[in-house]
Order: sequence, then structure tokens, then C-alpha cells
Amino acid sequence: MALLQIAEPGESTAPHQHRLAVGIDLGTTNSLVATVRNGIAVCLQDASGRSMLPSVVRYRADGQVDVGAVAQAAQAKDPRNTIVSVKRFMGRGLKDVAHVETMPYDFLVQDGMVRLRTVQGVKSPVEVSAEILKLLRQRAEESLGGALTGAVITVPAYFDDAQRQATKDAATLAGLNVLRLLNEPTAAAIAYGLDNGSEGIYAIYDLGGGTFDISILKLSRGVFEVLATSGDVALGGDDFDHRLFCWMLDKALIAPPSAEDARRLAMRAREAKESLTVNEEASVVADLASGERVSLVISRDEFVTMTQPLVQKTLGPVRKCLRDAGLGPEDVKGVVMVGGATRMPHVQRAVADFFGQEPLTNLDPDKVVALGAAIQANVLAGNRTADDDWLLLDVIPLSLGLETMGGLVEKVISRNSTIPIARAQDFTTFKDGQTAMAIHVVQGERELVSDCRSLARFELRGIPPMVAGAARIRVSFQVDADGLLSVAARELGSGIEASVVVKPSYGLTDEEVATMLREGYEHAGEDMQARALREQQVEARRALEATQQALTKDGGLLSAIEREAIDQAMAMLANLVETASPAEIKGGIETLGRATDEFAARRMDQSIRAALAGRKVDEIKV
Amino acid sequence: MVVDLRKNHYELFGLPVSFRIDGAELDRAYREVQGQVHPDRFAHLSDLEKRVSMQWATRVNEAYRVLRTPLSRACYLLELQGVDPALESNTAMSPEFLMEQMEWREAVADARDSGEVAELEVLQRRIRGEAKALDSGLEDALDRRHALEDGRDLVRRMMFLTKLQHEIDNALEALES
Repeated sequence: MALLQIAEPGESTAPHQHRLAVGIDLGTTNSLVATVRNGIAVCLQDASGRSMLPSVVRYRADGQVDVGAVAQAAQAKDPRNTIVSVKRFMGRGLKDVAHVETMPYDFLVQDGMVRLRTVQGVKSPVEVSAEILKLLRQRAEESLGGALTGAVITVPAYFDDAQRQATKDAATLAGLNVLRLLNEPTAAAIAYGLDNGSEGIYAIYDLGGGTFDISILKLSRGVFEVLATSGDVALGGDDFDHRLFCWMLDKALIAPPSAEDARRLAMRAREAKESLTVNEEASVVADLASGERVSLVISRDEFVTMTQPLVQKTLGPVRKCLRDAGLGPEDVKGVVMVGGATRMPHVQRAVADFFGQEPLTNLDPDKVVALGAAIQANVLAGNRTADDDWLLLDVIPLSLGLETMGGLVEKVISRNSTIPIARAQDFTTFKDGQTAMAIHVVQGERELVSDCRSLARFELRGIPPMVAGAARIRVSFQVDADGLLSVAARELGSGIEASVVVKPSYGLTDEEVATMLREGYEHAGEDMQARALREQQVEARRALEATQQALTKDGGLLSAIEREAIDQAMAMLANLVETASPAEIKGGIETLGRATDEFAARRMDQSIRAALAGRKVDEIKV
Repeated sequence: MVVDLRKNHYELFGLPVSFRIDGAELDRAYREVQGQVHPDRFAHLSDLEKRVSMQWATRVNEAYRVLRTPLSRACYLLELQGVDPALESNTAMSPEFLMEQMEWREAVADARDSGEVAELEVLQRRIRGEAKALDSGLEDALDRRHALEDGRDLVRRMMFLTKLQHEIDNALEALES
């Protein structure tokens, strides 16, 4: 353990060096990248001055990959190889995805996960998303003039572990160092709260292209505390388009359309929806490849009637979220609207009616998430200034548990717990002489395993044979600040251990990511072993430097004997860095970690006491 | 792995060890302490430092969670004094209390089955009132009289009420969706 920057934990070691960091809103419909420039968060634009990148990827027969507007323009021509709204497939099985029957893709399922067969072979949603992220990374590096230290990637607050892991994998694949996965409504709250100096209870109503989130936050003196979050990961602006699309098919009296024509009609549906935001009436005209012509007129009232159930559907999670926060609509001081779909007047009206107040729309609902992510990225990268002394406390959206006898779920961590969090639960064997135990990790609120999402299965083996009920198996869950789960199981008598970072059921395996990185053009020719070595060397040097700094500052907290043990571990690691294998260096870092555990604890303790004492002094002054 | 366990949850936040707690003071102390250890402060530093930060932030969240709600705080106080609140004790729950619990439970089940939201809300308010009374009882037993056995009895009553509250919440949720 370590070596903390106790005095000013957020301060970078080289204060004058500004690290390049970005926030990325990886959206269902559009994606954006933003950064903090001269203290102000701005979205970065492409060469033609557009900040929104359509989240569309086209795999071309000539081996090229188009991303954004170019790909979008080709979608009716080449629907099978042009992937839109890929976010809906992230970390999902086919049965989780709505309207697959009307989608033009050649789906297949691999290890329970959606994959797409394209002209360039089978692609996972992770790979498709990585193409979008690569382009945004490129845009940022060109615009900022250097390599990025890291990025904050936003995810819907209601994303489960599999969807978060898939998003993180996509970023890794795109060559990004992920500083944090940040919940979209929380990102919006940061942008809004810092901009307006708000205090009190705020609701963030975030209706995006494919997902709906509601978060209730308490904003107070530089603290953004998420009290509760809820949502629907399969409800968004796309569904409004789909209703309109179905209405068009119904009214137009045409033969069942081809994939190309269906895509063409879907595009017209979206245009009509957007037009109805400002106009009372929209016309839909489409010339189909079949030679048929569709010409229809729709009024806003008709559109409102056909989509009102979708708007109502968002209010269920809103009610649940308020109940979880222990609040009523009247306690909410302001409702911030996020996501392009909140531009629809009937959505705004429903929210206004529910909360008894007009929602806040003074920040661009398309950009606010990326801007908030950029502000967070700037701070996490180490560019924290005195003005950035704020703290973000987020929660886990869905309960985590284990399968027990009879297919029932035993909850270990309940939803809306503040992260990071760790909980352990003890289990026992139910048969005499049982030497293995299957651990099945699930996520969700229902009582039956079959109604929850399966995250991972693993086995604890080598339990010494005992009579039933004698073994004590402790299963520990740890959720980190990204909302990602790892699980470990241990038999307490024998110390037999098994652990897993949760990703096997969904997402990519580490090997798959490694293989893809190897195959990616960016890393072509680079030997994986060399890469691993370089990474460990960098990490070892950082650990040594941090330890040295800590010793210089707080060496007085150690006795001579304790100091010597740390010096030895440092000398050993310094020696390994130059000569040893990645695994040996890693071992050296771990040894140094253990040698400095106690030192780190004392330093952390010292800083906490100083902070608490500082507060009391302040209070006396006042 | 040494997360500093020498400190109990109260000491971590610089608060006196008692059942009655100043909620605003706890909130402020939590934010001060979490502000020092939170992973967001260490995201740009080495993996070793990130790991330490995550352990401490986890510990601080756990301490806050325990102290924030009366039931977990009372359980924790008993544990600090060597009393296991969940252990079956020879002082059984009074038959009157158990009878009352059965009646409550039936009332909740009836209201749920007949979909009476208003009735569930009435029950919810009554249970909140009961919980408040238990709260005062715990303060008296734990802070003033240092009567651990009484404290344990009250904690177990509180557990019954909390469970009932959850049942009502679940019923309301089911009726809404």
C-alpha cells in the first residue's frame, strides 16, 4: 500500500503542467467529446464545425470504416453494414433488445452476447463503439495538439455491470485511458450545478436516444450527492421514431418494405418527429426503392396520442426514484432536462405536471453531459485548482446478489448504495464432504434468479471435506468508483480462495481485448510482451516516485525499523525495473505496497484528522 | 491489506460514541473525510495509491451507512460493547409485541391483496410513529441507562418494524407498476 499525496491529494506533482483530458458522451444517437480550456468546458468540433458525431459506423467492402455523418448518409444504401444505435446492444443478449425483427442486421449470438455479421466479418458492439471512440479521440488529439492523459466516458446511470464493462472495454480498445465511467445524469448535474451555483434537491430527467435515466441529487457546498437513481435502459427517442414508423407502415398501404426501404422510412420518421417539436404538422414523403411512394401528413396531436404511453412509461421510474430517495415531487427544487428527446413539448409538459414546476432547459440538452464529463475529466487528470474543491458521491443503480437454494436471490448490496462499496456474506455447504461451491452473481431487484441478470458464475474448489454446514464460505463484493464489480470467495477455515472480476457472461474476455488490440492498426507491430513490460515499468516508477515523495514529507511517522523495511522494498523494486520480467516487476510493486501499508494508513489518518480539525477551527471563527 | 481498523466508526468521523447523533454533524464530517480519501482525488496517481484510496473510501462509506440509520447504529453500538444484537437471547420477545406484529402483517397483506394504496399509506405512517417511539427508547436505554439487554430487546423490535416497512414499500411499488 502506499504513499499518498496527503496534504493536497488532488494536486498534480508538476503543478504547471496541464494534462490533456476529455469527457466523452458516447450516445445512442450522437456522441460528443469535450474538454476544459482556460477553465471553461467546451465541446470539440470537427473540421466542418460540428460537435455532434452521429453514432453510426459503416463497414465498407473495401476494408475502410466510416464513422459519423458519412456512414449515416449511406445507411439506406447499405443498411446491413451500417450500424446505428449500437449502444442498445452493449452488454446485451438478443432477447434484451427491442424491435430486433425490424432491424436490418445479420445478428448472431456468441457467449450469450449480440454480435453482428458484416462485410468485414463478425463485429461485437464493443468493437463498433470503439470505432466511434477512436474518431473522437483523434478529433481531441488534433484539436488539443497532443496525446490524451485520459478520458471520462459517460454511461446511462441505469446501465448494469455488463453494459458498463462493455463500455470500458470499448474505450480500452480505442486506446483511451479511462479515468472514470461517469453516470450521464450525474455529469449533467455537475455541468448544471457548477454553472448555476445551485443548492438543494435536483432531479435530472435524461431521455436520450435509447435510454432513460432519472437521478435525484442533493447539491450542497461543493458536494454532488446522488440520493437515488432509476431508469429504463430500453426506452428513448428511438422508440418514439419507431411508433411513428409503425404508423407510417400502417397508413401508407405499401408492401412489407425491404431493409433499405425500412431504413429510409425510419429516417423520415425521425425527421418528422423533430419537425413536430416546432411545427403543428409534418409531412412525410419518401420514394422507395420498390418504386412506391409514401406521402403522409401527421399532426402533432396524432403524434402525441401515439407516443403518450412512452412518456407515461418514464414516470414509473421517476416515482420509484423519489421513493428510494425518501422524497416527494414537492421536495425537488429544480428539474434539469437532458437528452435530445426532452425537446418534445409533450415530454416537457408531462415532467412539468408531475413536479408542479417548469423544467430547466437553459443548458443545451445535447451537450450538457459531455460538458460535465469534461469538467470531471479535468479534475481527475490532476488539473484540480482551488476552485475545483468539489466532491462527487454516486450510487450503484441495481442491487447485486447471489443465487441461493431454490433459484432465489440473496441480496448482498442494495441499489442506491454509495460507491465505492464492499459487502461480504457468509454461506455454508449443504452436503457432507462437499469440496466445491458454485457462485452465481446476479444483478436486479427481483426475488428469482431467472428474473435477474446473470453477471458471472465461478467455482470455489478445494474446500476441505467437512460435515454439511461446517464450512464457512465468505463471498465478498467490491464495487469500485466506476460502478464495476469484482467478487472473491474464500473458505475461512482453510483460506482457499477464488475470485473473479465480473465479466465472463457478457462483455469481452481480457484475451479478446488483447487480441483486438494486437490486431488494431494502431498497435500493429508492437509486441504484447514489450507493451506489458513498458506498462509495468511505468507503474513501478510511479510507485517509487510516490513513495519517495511520501517519505520526504512524512518520514517522521515511521520508526527506524519501519523505514528500513520500506527502503529495502524500494531498492528491490528499483533493481527489478531495469532487469526483470513484467510479472516480477508486478510482484515487486505488490511487495512495496505491503511494506508501505501501515505508512499509508497513518498518512491517511493524519490527513483526515487535519481535515476534521480544520473544520472545527472554521466553525469557531464563524 | 491494512485498512485502519483501530478506529471505530465514531472515531473515524470525530464524533462521540452515543446512540443520539447530530445528523447534520455526521453529514458534514462524512463529507470532510470522504473528501480526503475519495478515488476522484487519486485518479491521476499510481495504482498503489488508487487502491489505498478505494479501500478507505469504501470504509468511510460503510461507516456512514452504519451510523446514518438508527437501527444499524444501535446494532453497531451493541457490538462495540460486546453484545450480539441478532443472537437469540433468553429474554424472549413479549407475546403482546409478537401478537401485534402478526396483526400488522395481516393488515399489510390484506391491503396489498385488495390494492388499497391509501390503507397501506396509513399503515406506513403508523409504523413510522412506532419507530420514533423505539428511537426514544433506545436513546434512554443505550445513552442514559446503559442497559444493554433492554437495548437489544428494542433493537429486535426495530428489526421487526423495518421488515414491515420494507413489505409496505414493496407492496406500494408493486401496486404502482
